[in-house]
Amino acid sequence: MTEIRNETVDTTTTSEASFASTATPALAAARLVLARDLRLAFRRPGEMLQPLVFFAIVTTLFPLAITPELSQLRVVAPGVVWVAALLSSLLALEFLYREDAHDGTLEQYALSGQSLTWLLFAKTASHWLLTGLPLALMAPIAALALGAPMSSVPGIVASVAVGSIALSLIGAIGASLTLGVRRSGVLLSILTLPLAIPVLIFGASATSRAIAGEDYSAPLYLVGAIAVLGITLAPLAAAAAVRISLE
Amino acid sequence: MAWTWFHRLGSPPYIYALAARLTPWFAWPAAVLTIVGLYAGLVLAPPDYQQGDGYRIIYVHVPSAWMSLMVYTTMAVSAAIGLIWRIKVAHAVAASCAAMGATFTFAALVTGSLWGAPMWGTYWEWDPRLVSELILLFLFLGYMGLRSAIDDVQRADRISAVLAIVGVINVPIIHFSVEWWNSLHQTSSVFRRAGPAMPMSMLLPLLTMFVAFTLMFAALLLTRLRAEVLSRERSASWIREVVSA
Amino acid sequence: MSVSEFFAMGGYARYVWPSYALVLAAIVLNIVWARRALKRARLEARRRVAMKDAT
Repeated sequence: MTEIRNETVDTTTTSEASFASTATPALAAARLVLARDLRLAFRRPGEMLQPLVFFAIVTTLFPLAITPELSQLRVVAPGVVWVAALLSSLLALEFLYREDAHDGTLEQYALSGQSLTWLLFAKTASHWLLTGLPLALMAPIAALALGAPMSSVPGIVASVAVGSIALSLIGAIGASLTLGVRRSGVLLSILTLPLAIPVLIFGASATSRAIAGEDYSAPLYLVGAIAVLGITLAPLAAAAAVRISLE
Repeated sequence: MAWTWFHRLGSPPYIYALAARLTPWFAWPAAVLTIVGLYAGLVLAPPDYQQGDGYRIIYVHVPSAWMSLMVYTTMAVSAAIGLIWRIKVAHAVAASCAAMGATFTFAALVTGSLWGAPMWGTYWEWDPRLVSELILLFLFLGYMGLRSAIDDVQRADRISAVLAIVGVINVPIIHFSVEWWNSLHQTSSVFRRAGPAMPMSMLLPLLTMFVAFTLMFAALLLTRLRAEVLSRERSASWIREVVSA
Repeated sequence: MSVSEFFAMGGYARYVWPSYALVLAAIVLNIVWARRALKRARLEARRRVAMKDAT
């Protein structure tokens, strides 16, 4: 079953437009790319839901494998939720970049004269909106099933939401590095997971404090700081890697 | 002129000949200093007040750890030079670093673990210094994996250069982790603003081993660099002369 | 310090000696690998030059 991905995006700059204002066309192009990615994803809701289903299944495995005792599960709940979210996020990355690299869309982005950094930032944003944000909303449900108290829900959502932003950005770097590699799934994980460890450590710490009812602002700020660092630097690194892959 | 010297370094035949000439000047002093350092560390240095003779692991653990950081930095810097100025020899240097860096990192982790077992009561501890050094090992392995997964040498050079540069943020994290967090690992006792906190009798063997390892790294790097340069220059004419020599 | 005392390392022998052994093994391995890599590269280069001469 082939599908015609006829969502073209006119990202070429006209000389008048680039002469008139250089900032707006880049943002407008980025918005177009974001809209395209979201529209394409919603056309195949099955594919979109796969990482989320994976998350649900993985979090279910742990109580079955460890113990059904909620009091004991509560201790591992933050770790389980975070590792499952990390792995689900990795899965979704493959979908995001693979198709565009295969059908030449990525090449068009690079050749368009638009800032590839901005366009990749838009793709990362779409990855977060399609995977990270839903995971942040599903995480409290998983945590509750693992024994977390209702009062911890806002903290869990906040920590996973901010952390998944950082994960999407780090994943974007990993995905761009492995663009030219055949069957790169495992290599993508090997490259991305070590870089994601700080996010995991602080994010899980924030979630764990939220579940324990303590103040979770300190690790949350640290995760936020990593996310901000990622927003400024990750698209640059990803764009550099994409250009090299497309040469 | 300064720039001609720099440009000559970018020429593969020149680098090959230079590396061949320089290697023994690094290799022999490295061997001598290693033996001297081992003797000084194992025999001459006095036993520690708290740790007795067990602290002598320091003489292999700390130099390995310092080398792991130095090698990664060398790899990242030469990768950046290769990427920015498009100098192939710089990429060859980066490629030559990876295996040695992974070895030093592994050695640092294992010797640290063996030192921690009697002193901390545990073979492993999930604390910032140890975790970030472990991440360094993963970075080296990921770098080597990425390189081998890309067939085109030029593209492999440049993609892995991006990875090396992105990962360099780990190096200051490793170094400052003991200052920034309450770590089980002890804080810096050598690289401090107030100067080293060790008596000379213990510090000298340590510095000797460090210099020995650095010279050894230089000699091995030059050897691997020659191999890299040879395998990259497919059919250049200078290879003919080198090979028939 | 007698020889047996030296090997006992104040009771820490089973930590100290494996550490030193590992690091020295790693050094030797690296030397062997580097020299082998160079030898292999020279062999390859010689073969390439010979092939080019044959054509």
